[in-house]
Amino acid sequence: MATQQTQLLARTLLTPAVALLFIWMIVPLALTIYFATLHYNLLDPGSESFVGLENFRYFLTDPAFLASLQNTLVLVGSVLAITIILGVPLALLLDQQVVGLSIVRLMVIAPFFVMPTVSALVWKNLLMHPVSGLFAWIAQLFGLPAIDWFNDAPLFSVILIISWQWLPFATLILLTALQSLDEEQKEAAEMDGASAISTFIYITLPHLARPITVVILIETIFLLTVFAEIFVTTGGGPGLQTTNIAFLIYSQALIQYDVGSASAGGLVAVVLANIVAFFLVRIVGRNLEA
Amino acid sequence: MARMVTTRNKVISTAAAWLVGFLIFFPILWMVLASFKTELEAFAIPPSFLFFHWTTENYVTVQERSDYLHHALNSIIIAGGSTLIAMLIAIPAAWSMAFSPTKRTKDVLLWMLSTKMMPPVGVLVPIYLIYRTFGLLDTRSGLIFILCLGNLPIVIWMLFTYFKEIPKDILEAARMDGATIGRELIYVLTPMAVPGLASTLLLNLILAWNEAFWTLNLSTLEAAPLTVFIASYSSPEGLFWAKLSAASTLAIAPILVLGWFSQRQLVRGLTFGAVK
Repeated sequence: MATQQTQLLARTLLTPAVALLFIWMIVPLALTIYFATLHYNLLDPGSESFVGLENFRYFLTDPAFLASLQNTLVLVGSVLAITIILGVPLALLLDQQVVGLSIVRLMVIAPFFVMPTVSALVWKNLLMHPVSGLFAWIAQLFGLPAIDWFNDAPLFSVILIISWQWLPFATLILLTALQSLDEEQKEAAEMDGASAISTFIYITLPHLARPITVVILIETIFLLTVFAEIFVTTGGGPGLQTTNIAFLIYSQALIQYDVGSASAGGLVAVVLANIVAFFLVRIVGRNLEA
Repeated sequence: MARMVTTRNKVISTAAAWLVGFLIFFPILWMVLASFKTELEAFAIPPSFLFFHWTTENYVTVQERSDYLHHALNSIIIAGGSTLIAMLIAIPAAWSMAFSPTKRTKDVLLWMLSTKMMPPVGVLVPIYLIYRTFGLLDTRSGLIFILCLGNLPIVIWMLFTYFKEIPKDILEAARMDGATIGRELIYVLTPMAVPGLASTLLLNLILAWNEAFWTLNLSTLEAAPLTVFIASYSSPEGLFWAKLSAASTLAIAPILVLGWFSQRQLVRGLTFGAVK
C-alpha cells in the first residue's frame, strides 16, 4: 500500500519533466519534417505547396552542401585532433608535482568559460588582425611577413579559435581520469624497470582510452553545430570557405527565408548528430549499470 | 640522488606548467589589458604591454553609448530564470528516479540525454516560426523558455548522479522514526543534497550565460543578452578594440569567477557521469 503510494508519487514527480522534454523533442522535429516537404518561402507567402522530397534533392545536390559538409568534417576533425594531441601531454604535465598547481589549472581552464562571441572577436581583432594584431607584430619581430589570417586561411583561423576554447575541456577530463589512475600500478611498473615511455604506452594510455572516447563524442556533438564563432568572424566566407552545415542552414532559413530547404538541411544535421549520439548514449548507458 | 632527481623534475614540470598555463590564458589577459588602454594604444604597433597610460574611460563609454547594463540585466534574468525553472522541474524528476527507480528508469534517463543530442540548428526553422507567430521573438520569456528546455536534460542528469549518492539507509531510518515524507525531505534530504544542488545550479548558470545559438537567432535588441551585445562589435564598430575589450571583460568576469569554483562539477556535468 505504502509502496504503491510512493510509486504513484514518484510517477507524478517525474511527469512534468518527461512531458516537457517529449513535447520539446517531438513538436519541432515533426514541424521540421513537415516543412521539409513543402515549397515554403517567407518572402513569398501564400505559395506553400507540397513538393515531396524535392527540398532534400535541392539541399543535397546544392554545391554549397558538399562544401559545407566538407568544412564541417574538417573543422570537427581538426579541433578533435588538436585538443586531444595537446590535451594528453598537458593533462600529464598537470598531473606532475607542480608548485602553484591550482593557479595553473585556473589559467588553463579559463578559456572554456569565455562566451563564444567574446573569444571569437578577441582572437580575430586583438591577436589575428593582419596589421595591428599581436601575431602580426610577433611575425614582424622575426622578420616574417604578416599573415592575413581570415583571408589566407579562414577555416584554419576558425579552427584555431575553437581549439583554444575546447582544449581546456579535453585537458580537464583527461586530468580527472589520470588522477583516478592507480599509483601503485605505475610504481610496480617502474620497479620492474619499465621506462617512462613504456609505462605511458602500456599503462597510462590504455587507461585514457575511455575518457578520450568520451571527449571525442561530446566535443563532436557540440562541434557539429558550431555557429557563433563563424557568425561573428567570417559570416561563412570568404565565399563558402568557412560555411559549415549549421551556418548553411541558418543562412537559408534566416537570410534567404527558404523554410523548406532549411528544414531539409536541419534534418540532415539531425541525422549526422544522431550517428554520434548513438555511440555516446551506449557508452554512458554502460556506465550507468556499473 | 633520487631526491635530487625529484627536485629537478619538480622544477622542470613547474616551469613548463606555468609557461603553458600562461600561454593559454594570455588571450584573456591581453584583452583585459587592452580594455584599460586608449583606442590608439590598443591599436599601436609595437604594442605596449604594461607601460601605457592606464584609463578606465572605456568602461564608462561602453555603458553610456550602448547601454551595457540593459544587456547585462538581460543576461542575468535569462540565465538565472532559465536555470531556476529548469531546477524546479528537474528536482522532483531526478528525485523520483534516484529514490524510486523502476525497470524503465535507465531508459528514461538515456532518452532524456538523447534529447540533448538534437542539434539546435535542426529545429531552428520551426522554433523561429512558432516564436514569430506568438510574438516571442526578442523577448526574455522566449529565451528563458528555450534555454530552460535545452539545459533540462543536463540538470536532471547532474541532480540524478548527486541524489544517487545519498545513502538510502538514512531515509529508511528516518521513516522508521516516524518521519513523514515532508519532514524527511526538509530535515534529512535537503541538507545532504545542498552541495549537489549548488553545483548543478552553478554549471547551468554558466552554460546559459554563454549560450550563443538561440540568443543570437531569437533576439536582436530588447531582450538581447551579452552574447548578442558583444556580437554587435563584429560590425565596423569592431574597430574600437579598447571598448570591445572593456565590454568583453565585463561580460566574462562574473562567469570566470563562478566557473573557477565549479571546475570539478564541470567534468561531471558535461560527461553525464561517464568520467568521474
